[in-house]
Amino acid sequence: MPREHQLALLEKARALRSALLIAPTGAGKTLAGFLPTLVELGEKATARSIPRPAGLHTLYISPLKALAVDIARNLEAPISEMGLPIKVETRTGDTPVSRRQRQRRYPPDVLLTTPEQLALLLASDDAPFLFSSLKRVVLDELHALVTSKRGDLLSLALARLWRLAPDMRMIGLSATVAEPDQLARFLVPQPNGAVAAADVVVAGGAAQPVVEMLDTRERLPWAGHTARHALAEMYELIKANKTTLVFVNTRSQAEMLFQDFWRINEDNLAIALHHGSLDVAQRRKVEDAMAAGKLRGVVCTSSLDLGVDWGDVDLVINVGAPKGCSRLMQRIGRANHRLDEASRAVLVPANRFEVLECSVAIDAIADNAQDTPPLRLGALDVLAQHVLGCACAEPFLSDELYAEVITAAPYASLSRADFDDVVDFVASGGYALKIYERFARIKQDAKGCWRVANPKVRQSYRLNVGTIVEEAMLKVRLVRSRGGGAKGSTGAIARGGRLLGEIEEYFIEGLTQGDTFVFGGEIVRYEALAEDQVYVSRANDADPKVPSYMGGKFPLSTYLAERVRGLLDDRRAWMQLPEQVRDWLALQKDVSRIPARRELLVETFPRSSKYYLVCYPFEGRLAHQTLGMLLTRRLERARARPLGFVANEYALAVWGLGDMSLMVNQGRLDLAALFDPDMLGDDLEAWLAESALMKRTFRSCAVISGLIPRRFTGEEKSRRQVLFSTDLVYDVLRRHQPDHMLLRAARADAATGLLDLKRLGDMLKRIEGRITHRPLDRVSPLAVPVMLEIGRESVYGEAADELLAEAAEELVKEAMG
Amino acid sequence: MRGTLCVSGMMDVAGTALRADLSGALVWDEQRLLVVSDLHLEKGSSYASRGTLLPPFDTVATLRRLAAVIAHYDPRTVIALGDSFHDREAHLRLTGDDRAVIANLQVGRDWVWITGNHDPAPHGIGGEVADEVTLGAVTFRHEPTGARGEIAGHLHPKARVATRARTLERRCFVSDGERAVMPAFGAYAGGLSVRDAAFAKLFQKRAFIAHVLGDTRLHSIAAARCY
Repeated sequence: MPREHQLALLEKARALRSALLIAPTGAGKTLAGFLPTLVELGEKATARSIPRPAGLHTLYISPLKALAVDIARNLEAPISEMGLPIKVETRTGDTPVSRRQRQRRYPPDVLLTTPEQLALLLASDDAPFLFSSLKRVVLDELHALVTSKRGDLLSLALARLWRLAPDMRMIGLSATVAEPDQLARFLVPQPNGAVAAADVVVAGGAAQPVVEMLDTRERLPWAGHTARHALAEMYELIKANKTTLVFVNTRSQAEMLFQDFWRINEDNLAIALHHGSLDVAQRRKVEDAMAAGKLRGVVCTSSLDLGVDWGDVDLVINVGAPKGCSRLMQRIGRANHRLDEASRAVLVPANRFEVLECSVAIDAIADNAQDTPPLRLGALDVLAQHVLGCACAEPFLSDELYAEVITAAPYASLSRADFDDVVDFVASGGYALKIYERFARIKQDAKGCWRVANPKVRQSYRLNVGTIVEEAMLKVRLVRSRGGGAKGSTGAIARGGRLLGEIEEYFIEGLTQGDTFVFGGEIVRYEALAEDQVYVSRANDADPKVPSYMGGKFPLSTYLAERVRGLLDDRRAWMQLPEQVRDWLALQKDVSRIPARRELLVETFPRSSKYYLVCYPFEGRLAHQTLGMLLTRRLERARARPLGFVANEYALAVWGLGDMSLMVNQGRLDLAALFDPDMLGDDLEAWLAESALMKRTFRSCAVISGLIPRRFTGEEKSRRQVLFSTDLVYDVLRRHQPDHMLLRAARADAATGLLDLKRLGDMLKRIEGRITHRPLDRVSPLAVPVMLEIGRESVYGEAADELLAEAAEELVKEAMG
Repeated sequence: MRGTLCVSGMMDVAGTALRADLSGALVWDEQRLLVVSDLHLEKGSSYASRGTLLPPFDTVATLRRLAAVIAHYDPRTVIALGDSFHDREAHLRLTGDDRAVIANLQVGRDWVWITGNHDPAPHGIGGEVADEVTLGAVTFRHEPTGARGEIAGHLHPKARVATRARTLERRCFVSDGERAVMPAFGAYAGGLSVRDAAFAKLFQKRAFIAHVLGDTRLHSIAAARCY
């Protein structure tokens, strides 16, 4: 019995309308997306009773290739049951070359693939033949696709498809988003200077989920992200339910929680682990066991945010900060996929600030609020990749391609000047010094058509397609420590050693020899780096010096942050909080101040021969880190002699040798000037020149745009001498052509990416004239969590927790007087 | 002693007092000799000719720094210690402006291009070409052999130094008082860690000092502190 929204989609298809289906998980979204195709192809088959002419009818795009494979499998059953002569095939990076070639000549009726594979197909000269018969494109998990550069790439591919197959209609499938009308624009060509959108179909009838915060009997930690205090309580929940998904924010949290569960798993419950770094085969095994109903619990990361529904999940536990309410809703939707039954979820905050965050997230869900990010502005580096792909397919005229590109919603406001810069970049690098014409990758013929200069360009395009840039990875090997003796010599270390795994190069670059960190479930000491190998030894330390917790990819959403500030500011709302948290806030109110909704509270205080400044912007760790970098520069100039800073999702602590309370008091330090938005001017410029984060951002743009081949970035470490470093390229380009297209692309990324500049800018404007300073004689209760991050993280081992708890206790006693 | 434009530190090689400049150049005051190594001019266009369109400003950037350090020390002789050009045809790709800059730098002084593995053939843009040059107790050649009194390039030494806050990675001179390896001067020249085995072959027991090019001054750091 088809559901209402499934019929509605059929209706739209019959009326030749493109449509966006907004539906919660479990609403039979994917089937709804295929229904019109199955009906059309079925009708045709019966009407003619002779074999239809070959031709691709429907293209299905999914963000995950595993999802495409699963869907293909799920479609086969109804198709063969109904006896429909419909051929369904997948095309992913794993598809054998012979089948790919066959697919281009004898396409199936329905092809399931990914944005990257679509880009490759479009760049071949078979594209006009292959796609001319196309009637429908189905985009699955659209809400997830559009938030990244993959969405940009996909949007440009759609613009091309709209031209190749003018009769084609779109179906977008999405979870609930904040702005469905914005998202619906993605699905139809944007008319020049105007706005068009697909029809929005909203699947109703989903029962309101039941979401609670774990009412722990244990003491709530001040900091940390393990939620280990609630381990036994979470285990009881798993025991009391049939199947529970336990979501955490990072890979290392997942590893640790999984181990912890097994340590106390006296009932031998089938509890499994699932995260993105696990071997694919391993993940499939877990998914299959899940589908077969063999598992009682799965500890997982965002790796399970998307994907097919399986098994009867009756409870979702979300450990740690929810970060955003839409994301949380999508996770909760994983429990129970019968629409008419309420999903059940328990939130387990790992520390006191996370209690606030969980509390407002529950309110937000009750209000049906959404905080998905707005539609992206298309990135120029992605456009560069697409332009080269277009040239690989067939010669193009700039005027025509520009007109095509701006039909893609993310690029609708792209200026002609930017477009021309991108074409110039693709051709010969776009440099002010015009000496690369003879090396151009695409060249204009007499009629002004851009053509690929030589066959190697096509090959290079194929090898470099896609927007996911892998971090440079180093192999980690376990060797015996050299002890406290001679420092630094790799020669003294026995080379070889057991391979523990791979780690991001940038993480190692931030380390100093002797630093300890958690890797592969144990605490190791960084010994040396040689070529692409990192040598570590087993550390005896109970607490790792460097936290491996990076907070996951997503910062606290602006929306939830606003609600947290609102909650703090509203004494009556405190009643909904656990007693421990109420006491904590009440004490803060007594000894310092509770920040008002729009104000920035700045506290300064001395502590063991150093002086601290702690502020509470609530804007997420990324924005706080950038703020920390800029504040330190300014404090340096003000002669406060800053030594360092640490940031978490809610607060930022800077410390130094200068007595900042005294400096403010004597008028030598002006807090309004310190936090003036003008820090995003020269100070930012100066910092960007050397910022490792900015250089990483640039590297990623350089790879996506096709400036630097992917293979160079992987290969360079296997050679003794680096071929060239993108950092040097960044330095030279920045000095000689600061407005180069790639630098503009990198800056646009920095605004929302690793540096979160836009959010920082918005915050600085919000707090202008609203800074409240509290000079204190010791650390305040609200400052304790971020101060504990200085003592690093309670991430490993019971001894570690004990030691940290002691350290925490000291700080807490001090705060509580 | 020569103003504040360049910062330098003294470094002995086989009894000869040499000045290591922050720019990566080496200066022998008595001889009024200035040495730079591994300029790798036209590395950008070398990649560009093979399809990787690196920004073409590396030659300009390198020559600008070279002109500044030459203007500062006003040497009588300049030695370019090999791999001055990134490939055999690199000198043919120089722009007219860059050619003029080089010619201008050569006016009124001796100029020796030492051959390197990237540029073994004479390139005929002024100056003399030599495999090596010996002056007193010191021999200048491109690839180090470890001989006493040798000053070489080729390896592009860089030092990774653990500081209080994080690890820094910078180009450096490497010397044990008997021989030295110079940092690469070229804007796009990458680096090789001084802890690499290649350096162990030259310096016994790794008893050498890395003269690290900081932002505003040189830092002499024992090899054992680098990695």
